[in-house]
Amino acid sequence: MLEFARWKYVLVTLVVLIGVLFALPNLFGEDPALQVERKNRAPMDDFARQSIEELLHKQNILIKRDFIDSGRLILAFNDVASQLRARDTVDATLSDVDRAALANASRAPAWMRKFGLKAMPLGLDLRGGLYLLYQVDLQGAVSQLLESYEQSFRRALTDAKLPFTDITTIGAGAGGIANGLRVALPPEADAAQVEAVLRKVDVNLKFTTSSSGAAQGTAIDMMLTAAQIKAREDYALEQNRTTLTNRVNELGVSEPIVQRQGLDRINVQLPGVQNSAEVKDLLGKVATLELRLADTQNNALQAQQSGHAPLGTKLYKREDGSPILLKREVIVTGDELTSATSATSTEGPAVSIKLDARGADSMLRTTRLNVGKPMAVVYIEKSRRQVEVNGQKVDRDSSSEKVINVATIRGVFGPQFQVTGLTSGEARDLSLMLRSGSLAAPIEVVEERAIGPSLGQDNIDKGVRALEIGMLAVFVFMALYYHAFGLVADAVLLANVILLTALLSMLRASLSLPGIAGIILTVGIAVDANVLIYERIREELRNGVSPQAAIRAGFDKAFSAIADSNVTALIAGLALWVIGTGAIRGFAIVLTLGIATSMFTSLLGSRALITLLYGGRQKVARLSIG
Amino acid sequence: MEFFHRATSFPFMSTRKLWYGLSIVLIVISLASLATRGLNLGVDFTGGVTVQAEFPAAANRDAVITALTAAGYADPQVTIFGTSRDIAIRLPPTRQSTEEVRGRIEQILQTLDAGARIQQVEVVGPQIGGELQRSAVQALAATLLLIFGYIAVRFHTWRLSLGAILAVLHDPILVLGTFSLTRTTFDLTVVAAMLAVIGYSLNDTVVVFDRIRERFHAGRRLDPVTVLDQSINQTLSRTIMTKVVTLIVVVALYALGGPVLRGFSEALIIGILAGTYSSIYISSAVALDCGLTATHLLASAARKPLDDLP
Repeated sequence: MLEFARWKYVLVTLVVLIGVLFALPNLFGEDPALQVERKNRAPMDDFARQSIEELLHKQNILIKRDFIDSGRLILAFNDVASQLRARDTVDATLSDVDRAALANASRAPAWMRKFGLKAMPLGLDLRGGLYLLYQVDLQGAVSQLLESYEQSFRRALTDAKLPFTDITTIGAGAGGIANGLRVALPPEADAAQVEAVLRKVDVNLKFTTSSSGAAQGTAIDMMLTAAQIKAREDYALEQNRTTLTNRVNELGVSEPIVQRQGLDRINVQLPGVQNSAEVKDLLGKVATLELRLADTQNNALQAQQSGHAPLGTKLYKREDGSPILLKREVIVTGDELTSATSATSTEGPAVSIKLDARGADSMLRTTRLNVGKPMAVVYIEKSRRQVEVNGQKVDRDSSSEKVINVATIRGVFGPQFQVTGLTSGEARDLSLMLRSGSLAAPIEVVEERAIGPSLGQDNIDKGVRALEIGMLAVFVFMALYYHAFGLVADAVLLANVILLTALLSMLRASLSLPGIAGIILTVGIAVDANVLIYERIREELRNGVSPQAAIRAGFDKAFSAIADSNVTALIAGLALWVIGTGAIRGFAIVLTLGIATSMFTSLLGSRALITLLYGGRQKVARLSIG
Repeated sequence: MEFFHRATSFPFMSTRKLWYGLSIVLIVISLASLATRGLNLGVDFTGGVTVQAEFPAAANRDAVITALTAAGYADPQVTIFGTSRDIAIRLPPTRQSTEEVRGRIEQILQTLDAGARIQQVEVVGPQIGGELQRSAVQALAATLLLIFGYIAVRFHTWRLSLGAILAVLHDPILVLGTFSLTRTTFDLTVVAAMLAVIGYSLNDTVVVFDRIRERFHAGRRLDPVTVLDQSINQTLSRTIMTKVVTLIVVVALYALGGPVLRGFSEALIIGILAGTYSSIYISSAVALDCGLTATHLLASAARKPLDDLP
């Protein structure tokens, strides 16, 4: 008589049933599909659906089925060729209103979708798409922080009517990177008072006052601490990830992934996307506006000729190339813009701007004090360009800043106003940039992979078929070698694959080629656990132990070997999960989960089945173990 | 069906010097090849560009190289993989985006055959490569260290830990050596395969160790050589059975999985074969030559119940 607690049967049954439910959507497979959505984000309606159906029908493209899912129209096709033709057709005729993206549509029935049961997503190597790895320029993030402190210092000192000579960046961080600011004061200034004002900008800043010779006056230095730099870098990375996510969402790609990778990288995975130029342009762009007062006391032409802008001013160019001097103090920075929407005005394309409280306050005060004086709007677009220096190619951050509009202040401005002088493209880009948030640090593509949709399909077809045939061969072999026990092992192995699939589907962990490798290793480990048990049972039988006692001894004695070998493999899996990235991590996730499911199925599932087979009867003459 | 109808009693330990010699020779060959020929690292590690393209008819490798060179691509490496219609082109690192590379290469290939299609373009920046090499080595080192610790704790002796680690190091070195000798492209999927190999090899080693511990418990006066031989013999049919089953899956993957899985499955096959051998001849033998006796395994075990598992 073999004993196996009833609750264990219940547990095994329950876990396997839940596993089957979650793994089920994977059984149906996917169709190549097209996802169409309105560029203005209005939901698709039946009318739009019919017109697209007709359009594709005219081109003799067969639609397998279509449905509207959360405002997006999904069209499924029989093959990749129709999918690509449909994409080209929609792009060619409806590109001003609609955006089409390649996608996959699950063949699972609608009720599964409703309950949130979804097949595990496939990695880009298995479904095609664009993979971009961005390097975030963390030094750039620190310089941006210094720039914003510089602006705040200028504003605070001007508001407090305290004189200062200039504010410059200083510091000898690693590699001569600036990590501080120096506020130079005229000899008569009261350093303590200035420091008190500066301290109010941010109480966490550290200031040191130095008087280097009476002629030069006093200087107050602010150095960022290591913790402040670290905090800024973290912030920049997280902010960039959010911004990239927002911008990717603007692309209308189905199931995009944007995630941090390592210390200073962000990877973007766009299934179904092939055209990288357009995507990179949109994702990496930095465009913003600044408002400054124009300087009316100095001569701009003279400044251009001498190459030196007078103290407290900055030299800019207008659209037509003529020079203009603007004050260094910024009234409103890009950070203080909350939204921008493109609009049309009598003077051509325009952008409606909204300011946050700080920006609105500054705008109100400045305009009140400066009625009748000119104010300029500066459009800034930053990009990274390659230039040749001494025959070597070097990256240079170039920022094109141009004054798009100078107008006389006629009254007091509030938090909302309109700006003209942009082209309609610039207006649209600007409103998109402001909507998605700005990049807190410059980014650069360091790795790029474009995997064709048919190659992805080919990879998965071959990989999955190989796996299926391999598994089938294992099933047959186990049954031949261990007879009834072999069939039990097969059932257990199948349950293991189901549970693993269910876990991966639940966690929405995407399956890639290394993941398939992980599944193979897991199959090996699961088989091994059963082999250990069965070989042990055979050994006991050879030693003349009775069948039921042999089963009991087999499970008990194999336990420590199974546990130890699984724990060592688990250590390897977890270490790789934590340390590895990309392919290695995908492998590690599957391996770790697979070991967990394999321990469960071989120790509990296998025992439950064998106890059912041999446990009930009072006496068993012989075991069908080959 | 059974591989061995009667309990086997192969004298594994008495021939260990011979097997040490064989392993040392193989490792020296592998290391020498790694030192002189190096590995044919994929773009994952070196940075650069790979383009996979498909021709409607069999591709002419020389014509592709000539056309690429004429178009100004220095030293292109072209290989035919999978079917005779698929080619892979390797180019040195470039600043061009996938978009530009795709456009230019497609143009060049279409002068050879208008039906040529680009399937996949990868552009990997050179800074990624060096980092990946470092992180792969770090992952490996951390894993080995943790396992050394775990085995030392579970089996109460560093002698077994050392044996396990040497056995585990043995297998990837042979895989690396084979990849170096055959010039097969070494990319991230091969690293994943090597990690799997380590997992398997370890699995085997630990199963044998478990049996050694059990045998010593059964008779602490037994001669270590006898115990080790018995333990390996008693787990032999399990070792072979598990390896056969895993090899079935891996061979299916090698034969049917298509070109992307070729390097991966090749590494697994070599690794599994090496792992079977090393778990029999290296891990236990090394522990024996480090002076393993019953007392090492039992000294502290006596204080504890046998199986209080984690």
